[in-house]
Amino acid sequence: MIDWIDIGTLADIPQRGARTVKLEGEKEIAVFRTGDDQIFALINECPHKKGPLSQGIVHGHAVACPLHNWNIALKTGEAQGEDKGCTPTIAVKQEHGRILIARPETLQAAA
Amino acid sequence: MDFQLRDERQAEGLEETPATFADSREHLVVVGNGMAGCRAVEELLARDGGRYRVTIFGAEPHVNYNRIMLSPVLAGEKTFDEIVINPRAWYDDNAIDLIVSDPVTAIDRVSQSVTAQSGRKVRYDRLLIATGSDPFIIPVPGKDLPGVITFRDMKDVDTMLAVAGAGGDAVVIGGGLLGLEAAHGLTLRGMKVTVIHLMDTLMERQLDEAAGWLLKSALEARGQTILTGANTAEIYGDGKVEGVRLKDGREIPASLVVMAVGIRPATALALEAGLTVNRGIVVDDHMVTSDPRVLAVGECVEHDGNVYGLVAPLWDMCRSLADGLTERHTGYKGSVTSTKLKVAGLDVFSAGDFSGGDGCEDIVLRDASRGIYKRVVIKDDRVIGAVLYGDTADGGWYFDLLKKGESIADIRDLLIFGQAFASGGGALDPKAAVAALSDDAEICGCNGVTKGQVVASINGGACSLDTVRATCKASASCGSCTGLVESLLALTLGEEVKSGPKTMCKCTSFTHDDVRREIVAQGMRSIPDVMQRLHWSTPDGCSSCRPALNYYLLCALPGEYVDDQQSRFVNERMHANIQKDGTYSVVPRMWGGLTNPRELRAIADVVEKYNAPMVKVTGGQRLDIFGIKGEDLPAVWADLNAAGMVSGHAYGKSLRTVKTCVGSDWCRFGTQDSTGLGVKIERMTWGSWMPHKFKIAASGCPRNCAEATIKDFGVVCVDSGYELHIGGNGGIHVRVTDLLCKVATEQEALDYCAAFTQLYREEARYLERTAPWVERVGLDYVKSRIVEDDVGREALRGRFLYSQSFSQDDPWAERAAGSHAQLHQPLAPLAIAAE
Repeated sequence: MIDWIDIGTLADIPQRGARTVKLEGEKEIAVFRTGDDQIFALINECPHKKGPLSQGIVHGHAVACPLHNWNIALKTGEAQGEDKGCTPTIAVKQEHGRILIARPETLQAAA
Repeated sequence: MDFQLRDERQAEGLEETPATFADSREHLVVVGNGMAGCRAVEELLARDGGRYRVTIFGAEPHVNYNRIMLSPVLAGEKTFDEIVINPRAWYDDNAIDLIVSDPVTAIDRVSQSVTAQSGRKVRYDRLLIATGSDPFIIPVPGKDLPGVITFRDMKDVDTMLAVAGAGGDAVVIGGGLLGLEAAHGLTLRGMKVTVIHLMDTLMERQLDEAAGWLLKSALEARGQTILTGANTAEIYGDGKVEGVRLKDGREIPASLVVMAVGIRPATALALEAGLTVNRGIVVDDHMVTSDPRVLAVGECVEHDGNVYGLVAPLWDMCRSLADGLTERHTGYKGSVTSTKLKVAGLDVFSAGDFSGGDGCEDIVLRDASRGIYKRVVIKDDRVIGAVLYGDTADGGWYFDLLKKGESIADIRDLLIFGQAFASGGGALDPKAAVAALSDDAEICGCNGVTKGQVVASINGGACSLDTVRATCKASASCGSCTGLVESLLALTLGEEVKSGPKTMCKCTSFTHDDVRREIVAQGMRSIPDVMQRLHWSTPDGCSSCRPALNYYLLCALPGEYVDDQQSRFVNERMHANIQKDGTYSVVPRMWGGLTNPRELRAIADVVEKYNAPMVKVTGGQRLDIFGIKGEDLPAVWADLNAAGMVSGHAYGKSLRTVKTCVGSDWCRFGTQDSTGLGVKIERMTWGSWMPHKFKIAASGCPRNCAEATIKDFGVVCVDSGYELHIGGNGGIHVRVTDLLCKVATEQEALDYCAAFTQLYREEARYLERTAPWVERVGLDYVKSRIVEDDVGREALRGRFLYSQSFSQDDPWAERAAGSHAQLHQPLAPLAIAAE
């Protein structure tokens, strides 16, 4: 069983941008909206120095970390190019115009 | 006959009608979709694109690929896609009809038509035969057994790879270039390889005995068995190849035999058509055969008694051919060839005549332990041949000397040590070596590109290796000249190449200057507009180009362009400086470094109210409040606004601060009111977005307490007026300003400041500080625009003030009032649903 949490609508997140979600007892989550209106969610920490990815420039399906410009793939959380590291991803889905994310711990339990 | 011919033409016409329009142009039919045929068409298109309708027949199922690069494919260093020269799109873009897997089997010169294997018949106005060469098969018993192949096309490579997958023994017959490359590839693929060579020296056509011996030793050290002076008697096997028997009775087991003993011109088609053929198809200086409607080019031709098997002469031929077809009468004069190769990772070079003989002298350098051998052959004080093994860096230079035929008497003592020493430098600076080459020196042997052509291509706008490859093809094939091309880029572009390729980023092949010019010229109005019209290769750019485009548009369209917040770096989007822990620092503006109790109280209150852990005086004479959370920023700004303070833009590619000293009001040395001037300058310039951060200072006397001579724009007051300085920097590379000029009045100082700022805003590249910009364009240029051109200066100032009329709204006040609130607030989870 997965806990799906309604966090708002597409319009709440700027295109090529991100918003954060704070859940009790969880690390902050960054929810991204790409140029083609896809939604991705990652823990809001760059694998490098924990920079807040939600503040990075979103391009294609990647985000450039605001601290040191590492590029992180939104789908996998993997650092791109020469950089190595991975940020945990959060399951996300859109239903009836709402964006739902999976509570991270339940996702891990299910997996 | 007549009837039948007409009938066929009709049938052919039907087949070709999909082009949908009646094409009245002359029809050029090319037999052979290889390097020579396609290159000839390329040369023709470059001269007169629309002149001929072109149809190309290929026997293989592929588009044109680089046959020379089959070895790296065999060795696993490249994929087939990487060796394609003309992708499908090239044929489509140039409306070339490509017919693959259908070799032409007959030419009828009377009806001017060719017939292919499938029965397809096509009429031509001009025919180009580019059939290349066939591998020579030695006529020994067993030559037709399965498992006996040649090394000529992609199919051969596929066969070799299939067999090599199972390991086992392979025999390569032929110790020339092709054979050794096949042996190398098969060794890398895990086979145990024996090379059988008839002559006593490997690669005897390219190498002398000494170099051949070094090569043999090196290959043996890599596990290959090399049998020289070995004559193949028979290939044996029952139903498939099992081994090779030599004339002396030795038997070498093998599950694969590669015959690479040489090639000969593929002339059968031409012979049957009744064209004049000796060793190759005989052509004149414009590659015309004995039939004026039929041309031939490449390895299948014989010109002036010579047949060529290397790629460089082929390019010369294609140029002459295209010149002839477009009535430019230059003519092919034959080629002097050189060979520079990597065989199994070993560098080998040879050029000219090194067989020795009357009047020839040798200069030889041997360094056996390092595996280096160099031999230059001289006759009448001129270089006539060279063989290099192990270190081929000077190959191009020797080849250049050879082609020019100039006397080397003066440099003879040092000739063998290479260009750097012989030219007097001593130091092995590769750039100096390239600089010393003449314009007609060949840089790229594969594509026959001279230094002059590479430089012309760079001067024409190619500013990276990729663009050079795309425009003139240098370094586009085997890549062994990549270092030379990079040196030419560095030499031709000077400083610009140091900061990497000049293209804006990997999303585009355009440079910053190109993009800026086109934004203005085409009146582009948004980032997607720019990306669309300039063919961006990514859907929405990257973190390098988006902020740059946002700035260029903002600068070009003051008051009209809507700033794209998502293309702003975090600090400019949040109007504060992000810190390593994700909190922000906040710097309110203090005009000219002046403050008062009300401002200080407000700052103190903010520090306490929001638990800021640190406050620090900055280098720009203001206070920096650290550790503010993103959510608290609007409230912090509201409090600071209430005390009359606005954003200090300490976070932006924008005007930062105007640093001042106390000046004539208080200082006993002060000559002018530097503080007052600083405040006026800051009031004029604040809020302006720039290519990079921009710092100003005003000092009241030449003691320069405000450090104005390491600022982007600095004023040093003197008794008689104001010295204006530009292009200083106190960062990683400290740069003292250049003196722009001296002006008499404070108003002039302000006017010149505005004009200079606008010139920088309009012409510097994004993220280029004034210091490198001034060095790039030169102080004289800046003077010519600001000091010597009164009208131009006034126009620049006018544009700056116009732009400023839209930019001096405090961003903090807007945010404090609620704009872009979502940037500062997390999403609120609504409900939890379980499934």
